[in-house]
Amino acid sequence: MNTTKTLSHLDWLEAEAIHIMREVAGQCERPVLLFSGGKDSLCMLRIAEKAFRPGRFPFPLLHIDTGHNYKEVIDFRDKRAAELGERLIVRSVEDSMARGTVVLKNENEPRNKHQSVTLLEAITEFEFDACIGGARRDEEKARAKERIMSFRDEFGQWDPKNQRPELWDLYNARTHKGENIRAFPISNWTEMDVWQYIERENLELPSIYFAHTRPIVMRSGAIVPINVPLANGEMLNQPKPGEEIIAMQVRFRTVGDITCTAPVSSDADTVSKIVLETATTTITERGATRLDDQTSDASMEQRKKEGYF
Amino acid sequence: MNNLMQPQDNGLLRFMTCGSVDDGKSTLIGRLLFDTKTILEDTLTNITRTSNKRGMDAVDLSLLTDGLQAEREQGITIDVAYRYFSTGTRKYIIADAPGHEQYTRNMVTAASTANLAIILIDARKGVLTQTRRHSFLAHLVGIPHIVVAVNKMDLVNHDQAVFDKIRTDYLAFAAQIGLANNGSDIRFIPMSALNGDMLVDRNDAMPWYSGETLLEILEQVPATCTEHNDSFRFPVQYVCRPQASDDPELHDFRGFMGRVESGEIAVGDKVTVLPSGQGSTVKAIQLGNDKLQTAISEQSVTLLLEDEIDISRGDMIVRASDAKEPVKQIEAMICWLSETPLSTARTYTIRHTTRESKAKVGSIAYKVDVNTLEHQAAQGLNMNDIARIEFKLAKPLAVDSYADNRATGAFIVIDESSNNTVGAGMII
Ligand SMILES: Nc1nc2c(ncn2[C@@H]2O[C@H](COP(=O)(O)OP(=O)(O)O)[C@@H](O)[C@H]2O)c(=O)[nH]1
Repeated sequence: MNTTKTLSHLDWLEAEAIHIMREVAGQCERPVLLFSGGKDSLCMLRIAEKAFRPGRFPFPLLHIDTGHNYKEVIDFRDKRAAELGERLIVRSVEDSMARGTVVLKNENEPRNKHQSVTLLEAITEFEFDACIGGARRDEEKARAKERIMSFRDEFGQWDPKNQRPELWDLYNARTHKGENIRAFPISNWTEMDVWQYIERENLELPSIYFAHTRPIVMRSGAIVPINVPLANGEMLNQPKPGEEIIAMQVRFRTVGDITCTAPVSSDADTVSKIVLETATTTITERGATRLDDQTSDASMEQRKKEGYF
Repeated sequence: MNNLMQPQDNGLLRFMTCGSVDDGKSTLIGRLLFDTKTILEDTLTNITRTSNKRGMDAVDLSLLTDGLQAEREQGITIDVAYRYFSTGTRKYIIADAPGHEQYTRNMVTAASTANLAIILIDARKGVLTQTRRHSFLAHLVGIPHIVVAVNKMDLVNHDQAVFDKIRTDYLAFAAQIGLANNGSDIRFIPMSALNGDMLVDRNDAMPWYSGETLLEILEQVPATCTEHNDSFRFPVQYVCRPQASDDPELHDFRGFMGRVESGEIAVGDKVTVLPSGQGSTVKAIQLGNDKLQTAISEQSVTLLLEDEIDISRGDMIVRASDAKEPVKQIEAMICWLSETPLSTARTYTIRHTTRESKAKVGSIAYKVDVNTLEHQAAQGLNMNDIARIEFKLAKPLAVDSYADNRATGAFIVIDESSNNTVGAGMII
């Protein structure tokens, strides 16, 4: 006998994510939702709407800006926050550099990993006890064992050996002062789920997720976008002498730091074409798009120990 | 059972794999991911490189499920890892936990969200102590569907007699622990994870087996965790009072937010709020700003009630016709999860759905030897111990027995000094 009605897989994932967000809101004093303008965090905003409307979100939005973000994404970030009428806090890695808490080895070094410092500074400034993030377990091996509510000590460090057991849907988000929970409502989503959700919910995205033509060079097999204008008028990613600049039809699968996020060659210019492409793709999201992670399987784990999301 | 009306989306199934070291657990998971085309080229290149580095000729699919740096260095898995794949009709979440005795807590953790367990047996070895342990734990944590995968059939000449003997042995033992007689669904599959026989593809090594392949079973079993329970249970997580002065409609809005843990509810249904016992009627059901007529099991929604009653996080809304009296004393099977032993002198906090209560250990009736299943007397509990315990509660909890309802029969024990989750409980 089985008369029970069952949710579709997207409905189930959405319901789980809503439940997790409400647990954070119910258990924590001062949560914050990390919002970059990227596709995963846009899904998170839709989930937050379903979780808390007609009320306001019980948390502000926080973006840790590397200063190396695509202008299209930053503009979109601001537009979306304004449409929702929710408070957006921006803290920038460049301010941390000015304070001397972030020291770059060289000027054009990828700044992704330095976000940790700025994030920890923001956590201290606002006394956040929980950061809701859009990380997924399928992104990378080191994330496969990540908890939904991941515990960080006073230094923002993640100790894989000292995580709380997580049973049923009974999440334990308790902290002592100074400690912090990173909550991941879409832990159980894959890249495919994210795209299907964007399609179903008709979510608007920054334009660079869709196929467009841009100047690129090929560097050790990876597509590197060239001469990218920043919001402050600077140009990032100069071609090296001898490199041939090609106009290529590309789209981004993730939109992180310009210096280390590679687009993929694609002519998918609508969400449904991207869903189709994702279904038939042969390379993982991180493998295809991260220029900084390839050295070692374990580099994400290293970064998380240092306080990365 | 052929269902010609296969729906487009058949939901999401969570399952776990249990096996001892070298039974082929990693290979089985690797196979499932590989044969359902979940593994992408760069990952494959990565593990091929690692396989070669370790001096292997063939690609070791078990590397796909390898975990973190430290564990990789020790060469063992010591936690629960989650993997994903999809067949187009159904999405799967695999909880992968190691099978050693000292990792009982990991198995219990993995089992807590699983609706099906694959128990691996090496065809050459048959039913072992660890098979019994895994089955007992799967049963304890209430997994309703068990698939016994008799693996490495290629090493016993694909001999049907070997498979039949293991099935007979297993069923005898299952009857002993009550696994076979409480509605649990147990199925047996002969397989070779290495060659991919009877996982996704049937292949032709074992023509004598006409039963379902592993994937056929996975595609069919009910996906929801509370398939046996129809009682409506709605723990309140958060109360929404927007009080937007510019919108008169919202002025009196009081939304009770939560997830339907079991059963379903419709607008107009009579409900009772626990523990207060006050009654009301469902005025509206919302998902964000959208209005719904009904909400079903595992759906997260917002309920609005006709009457103004005081409800906060930790209360539970249930159907008026199957409301239960909240209790201040519970008996439960506990799995101790912490390196710090349980002390009967201390006060702990119990989290049951969204409600917390201080709790004192009344008495430890016995602890269970997970290998022999014998009951032993116990004064305290150490990590990985399983015991029957009585708790006295400071606040009343609206509980069901775990056998009736996995969501409202479960709780965790929290140590307030460390804030750690130190125990997992299942109410008897
Ligand atoms: N012949 C044979 N070997 C297998 C089969 N399944 C797994 N193995 C091998 O058994 C060993 C242990 O497998 P592994 O998946 O690592 O076991 P785990 O410790 O349970 O994860 C490996 O050398 C596998 O190649 C099978 O069906 N047939």
